[in-house]
Amino acid sequence: MKADPIRRAVIAGLGTAGAAALVGFGWQMLKPPPPATALRGADLERGHRLRQGGFPPPSVTEETAIVIAGGGIAGLAAGWTLAEAGFRNFRLLELEDRVGGNSRSGRNAVSAYPLGAHYLPIPNREAGAVRHLLRRAGALTGEAEGAPVYDPYQLCGDLQERLLWRGRWQEGLIPRTGLTARDQADFEAFHAAMEAFKARVGADGRPAFATPVAYSSRDADLLALDRIGFGDWLRAQGWGSPVLHAYLRYCTRDDYGCEPGQVSAWAGIHYFAGRRGWAAGADGDNVLTWPEGNDRLARFMAAAFPASIRSGRIVHRVARDGDSVLVDSFDAAAGRTVRTRAAAAILAMPHFVAERVAPGLVPRSTSLSYAPWLVANVTVDRLPGGRGAPLAWDNVSATGESLGYVVATHQSEARPAGTVLSWYMPLSREDPTAARRRLLETDEAAWRRLVLDDLLAMNPELDGAVREIELWRWGHAMVRPTPGTVWTEAPRIAAAEPPLYLAHSDLSGLSLFEEAHYHGTRAAEAAMTRLGHAHGTLL
Amino acid sequence: MADSAAADVGRRHGSEASSPRRLSAPAAALVASAFVVATCGLVYELLASTIASYLLGDSVTQFSTVIGTYLFAMGIGSWCSRYVRRDPLRLFVRVELLIALVGGCSAAALFLLFPMVDHFRVALYTIVLAIGFFVGLEIPLLMRILRDGFDFREVVSTVLTFDYVGALAASLLFPLLLVPHLGMIRTGFLFGIANAAVALALILVVPRRRELRLEQAAAWAILAVLAVGMIAAERVQRWAETASYQDPILYAASTPFQRIVLTRSGDDLKLFLNGNLQFSSRDEYRYHEALVHPALGRVTAPREVLVLGGGDGLAVREILKHPGVEHVTLVDLDPAMTRLFSRSGILTRLNGNAFQDRRVRVINADGFRWAREAQGRYDAIVVDLPDPVDFSLGKLYTDSFYREVARLLAPGGMMSVQSTSPLVAPQAYWSVAATLESVGLNIRPYHAYVPSFGEWGFILAAHGAIPAAVRIPAGGRFLTAEGAERLFDFPPDMARRPAPVNRLDNQALVRLFSEEWGRYEG
Ligand SMILES: Cc1cc2nc3c(=O)[nH]c(=O)nc-3n(C[C@H](O)[C@H](O)[C@H](O)COP(=O)(O)OP(=O)(O)OC[C@H]3O[C@@H](n4cnc5c(N)ncnc54)[C@H](O)[C@@H]3O)c2cc1C
Repeated sequence: MKADPIRRAVIAGLGTAGAAALVGFGWQMLKPPPPATALRGADLERGHRLRQGGFPPPSVTEETAIVIAGGGIAGLAAGWTLAEAGFRNFRLLELEDRVGGNSRSGRNAVSAYPLGAHYLPIPNREAGAVRHLLRRAGALTGEAEGAPVYDPYQLCGDLQERLLWRGRWQEGLIPRTGLTARDQADFEAFHAAMEAFKARVGADGRPAFATPVAYSSRDADLLALDRIGFGDWLRAQGWGSPVLHAYLRYCTRDDYGCEPGQVSAWAGIHYFAGRRGWAAGADGDNVLTWPEGNDRLARFMAAAFPASIRSGRIVHRVARDGDSVLVDSFDAAAGRTVRTRAAAAILAMPHFVAERVAPGLVPRSTSLSYAPWLVANVTVDRLPGGRGAPLAWDNVSATGESLGYVVATHQSEARPAGTVLSWYMPLSREDPTAARRRLLETDEAAWRRLVLDDLLAMNPELDGAVREIELWRWGHAMVRPTPGTVWTEAPRIAAAEPPLYLAHSDLSGLSLFEEAHYHGTRAAEAAMTRLGHAHGTLL
Repeated sequence: MADSAAADVGRRHGSEASSPRRLSAPAAALVASAFVVATCGLVYELLASTIASYLLGDSVTQFSTVIGTYLFAMGIGSWCSRYVRRDPLRLFVRVELLIALVGGCSAAALFLLFPMVDHFRVALYTIVLAIGFFVGLEIPLLMRILRDGFDFREVVSTVLTFDYVGALAASLLFPLLLVPHLGMIRTGFLFGIANAAVALALILVVPRRRELRLEQAAAWAILAVLAVGMIAAERVQRWAETASYQDPILYAASTPFQRIVLTRSGDDLKLFLNGNLQFSSRDEYRYHEALVHPALGRVTAPREVLVLGGGDGLAVREILKHPGVEHVTLVDLDPAMTRLFSRSGILTRLNGNAFQDRRVRVINADGFRWAREAQGRYDAIVVDLPDPVDFSLGKLYTDSFYREVARLLAPGGMMSVQSTSPLVAPQAYWSVAATLESVGLNIRPYHAYVPSFGEWGFILAAHGAIPAAVRIPAGGRFLTAEGAERLFDFPPDMARRPAPVNRLDNQALVRLFSEEWGRYEG
């Protein structure tokens, strides 16, 4: 029998197409639906509005003794310090609908999760003010052998960190296997140098590298380190190990959102030598962490003065009027500008905003720059696994462009079924302006793909387990401690003329909880002194 | 035209051989393959039946349904062979290769799939159907290929003879040599290799090597896959936890929390959680009497008793032997565990129907979370949790956990903690002791010999002094009042040594435990 070749071809074609359609359909049925994504970030519209201006003139005036503009950690610390001292007559104005700034968090059915800051290292001896806050917040529970004891449920539980290194997870973030003699020697030399800096006390009796930065020694040779790049300094030491460099790159991106070559040697060294956690019955290198990250502390502080907080208020103009300060803020919900007349004002907003809204009153910076970050909170149905070390709190890949992810439910007593992974990536490769543009212009689908690819490269077993991705864009996430920032530029711009006070982590040149907290506390104490309100000091 | 290859093989045979009795190389290979095909087919069928009875229990059902399905699938295969018009030789080779791949991997696949899929039977019968179908296709094809060169009478008789002899060979080899010496996974791969080797031999022997290039490449690839499987069988075995139990599996279930496996051999029941032995019914009484009575027997009137873990109800059985116990609260993570041990006949016989007792209340919750939130005081607390094999179990041995448990212990109350082997893992054992002490409890460590575990450790803990006098309820098989005192004696090889306190932020115990047991198990 000879079949008509055309008919045969048609039948074969149809059959193939039908089979393919069936297979495709079946695959669609079996394949889990793609994760839901949301693209969010620090309120871009309001930030944009601020740059454009054109706010209506004030239609109401309110009076208060102290006004705090900005409700991040610095502003909240200022408010909390006032409240603790029994000073009640103040207002805190926050642009966003919620206070917390970079330490805000989200929550879904699975867990709370950080949108930005997620941990606080065990404070150093010199960080008395932070310790005081932690004691009040119940994170510091007592003393033993003369040292503070931290609540074991708030100290990061074992396993703290793991690194995906050559296809296998290992404990800790420093690669251990397959190192050459060169790598080992460089690591040893590096650690020894850092230990020496850690132990060093300056001629002025202060630690060489302190947290908060303000307590650091001013020894000239130390401050000189702020004028050179970390990369140059490392090269000068002769440490060429690529493994060491990759590790240091992780570190500077983690804390500063910058490449090692972009930060000053002082800032680079601070990461290692500026942390001397002081605690009884715990490893001093450990950190305090919570499912919602540092929002735990933000909310704790805010809870001390809920009636003073006004959110959804864009501060757009700050001016002097005789002895008082006028702070104009646009009430986004009411659509009107409110003028707040106060005897003192604390500007707890990023410096690039402060100098814009208070021209002439706030020293203009010529060199501050900000690193953009992308954070993705990925809700998964099952816990990540992998060969080697088990799931840790912080999970990092030696080859990924991201910083890996922290596990929101790490601190829970029980083993949860699913969890939320907070995935972090500073856009550090290009210059900040270009990076910021890329951050905002890249669309949701592209970011989602990037996050998923990066995550699945670390944990292929999560394929099909991703339920939801919440992308959070931080355009001006962190001040960049470029050479000269910490010890030249930051001190130059840190002070305004009373009754105006500045308070923001930018003023340290390092975006850290302790710095924000320090500046907020300092500003509040200074404002109370000016207003003649008796108060103790924690600084 | 149809059967050109068959004609090819046959005609060559007919023309080159002087006598039809002497087989040409291709024909000999074909007949040999009848033998191999039969042997392999039966081995796959036996493997599937054996694995099914091993994993699902009830061997009569498994053997008869697997064999039935297999024969039925062979029928379909034979019937379908009528639709093969062209080139049966090529198809024969392809089918042979497919059988090699599917059959060769079947045992490994079944073991690996068992814990992963919800409907294991679907996977099982799909594999059996596939193999049966292909084997069913083969014999008719073979006969057709050979028929041109031989008398049809001869073909039928030769092929079927080899087929049946092959079956006998398989059925003898399987129980006597293969399973005991190679194990099931490796047996599967070995016969897959035999299948593929026959196919390859055929390809090389028939004068059509060029045309069968694709098949040849496939044959080498499949051989390679199977060889790797054969070499990696040990590892596959480890992945496929189910392949590693010694005794037939009576019950297995994956719950959100763990994998529960119950095995039985004779009258010995064994429970495994995540592959770790929890008890053997032969000697569990030793463990549970030692766990419960030293604590309850030292409390004046134990009325309220708390059990953390112990979802098998065996500790509760012992607790209820103490007169005066009014309430037993048992907190176990896994509802599937407590349900199993309150429903299954053989298991409730073992735990004396403990969960049906009016006095017993079962709470399914995470022990740590429950303890943190719980209120109330208990006269006795029995901590019978799985060994600290990972960080989430390690949390249940930390000072933070014991602080919560101590809060729930009445002032005159007594608590006992199962705490790994002081002989195998002395540092881990003494770390539990140091951790209990670090939260302000007084302790008395003791140990008992439980054959299926070895020398096993426990720790008594209390707020106050721990009295020496103990009441042991009548009817026990292991502990007596006099014998109980001997448990506190630690010979030098288990004697106390310095060990760290286990905290949430250092999980020292998990590391010690895995180090010491790792060293012991090699
Ligand atoms: C992704 C990411 C991860 C981080 N992780 C950590 C970490 O783990 N640990 C750590 O210590 N630090 C971390 N940081 C650094 C973090 O920035 C600091 O810890 C701290 O939260 C900074 O607080 P702040 O008050 O100085 O600044 P911000 O958080 O910037 O607060 C400024 C506040 O001012 C408000 N504001 C701005 N303009 C106006 C206006 N015109 N009117 C009214 N209000 C205004 C803002 O909305 C904001 O709430 C992280 C930062 C980011 C972005």
